[in-house]
Amino acid sequence: MSHNPCDACEELLQGYLDRELNDSEVAQAESHLDDCDYCRRRYRFEVTLRQYVQTTAAERMPAGLMEKLSQLRSPDR
Amino acid sequence: MGEDGPDIDGRRIAAEARDRVRFEEEALALADQVYRVARRLVGTREEAEDLVQDTYGRAFRSWRSYTPGTNLRAWLLRILTNLNLDRGRKIQRTPDMQPIEEGDYYLANKMAASQGEQVLDQDHVVEKLSQDSIVTALSSLPHDFRDTVVLVDIGEFSYADAAQILDIPIGTVMSRLHRGRRLLKAKLAEETIA
Repeated sequence: MSHNPCDACEELLQGYLDRELNDSEVAQAESHLDDCDYCRRRYRFEVTLRQYVQTTAAERMPAGLMEKLSQLRSPDR
Repeated sequence: MGEDGPDIDGRRIAAEARDRVRFEEEALALADQVYRVARRLVGTREEAEDLVQDTYGRAFRSWRSYTPGTNLRAWLLRILTNLNLDRGRKIQRTPDMQPIEEGDYYLANKMAASQGEQVLDQDHVVEKLSQDSIVTALSSLPHDFRDTVVLVDIGEFSYADAAQILDIPIGTVMSRLHRGRRLLKAKLAEETIA
């Protein structure tokens, strides 16, 4: 019950997004993105969402943790 | 020749001590990156801190099993995800996939529809998501999906590294990532638009 013929492109675009494609697959993905407005918008959305998740969900290490980790080092340095 | 023995031993011990110190320093330099991933794999900051401490404790004890020149961050994360599993995290059934309207584009479509035509600019759609909604959506994912999405999207690991860390085939990484990201978008849509 696919709404769009490009649902089949999802796997290719996921690999493209994650930089996991080989050269010929990259060429295939890029030529498809050039021609397909639906996938281009979807891809842009994916890139933006992923960057946003990366920045908003990243929490820095709490102060003091590094000191605790250093204390776990072998004593005879 | 008999006099060389203790000397060679001494040098070997000194070399090993240097290797260990170097290992510990390289591992500590990655602590912030390791913590960032840990923080999104567990529910609270305290749990993340404990998990990272246990990970470094084990890493420092078993440093000899690390092969120099290989991906140390992945090696540390493998210890961390195994420890997290050992902690007997709650068994959570993978929910059946809800049919998601318009596939991957569901969230964007739904948000655009609620904002009016002119907001079809995707960057602005995404900016409407709050930090809380993203954190909540991530933590609501079933563990298998969450682990994969967090490793690839937050830890920026390759499929191959994620597969090695989680001890699953690359194809499974890809399908969990795909389904996990879909679930994430569906959760975000529920939270943001509900």
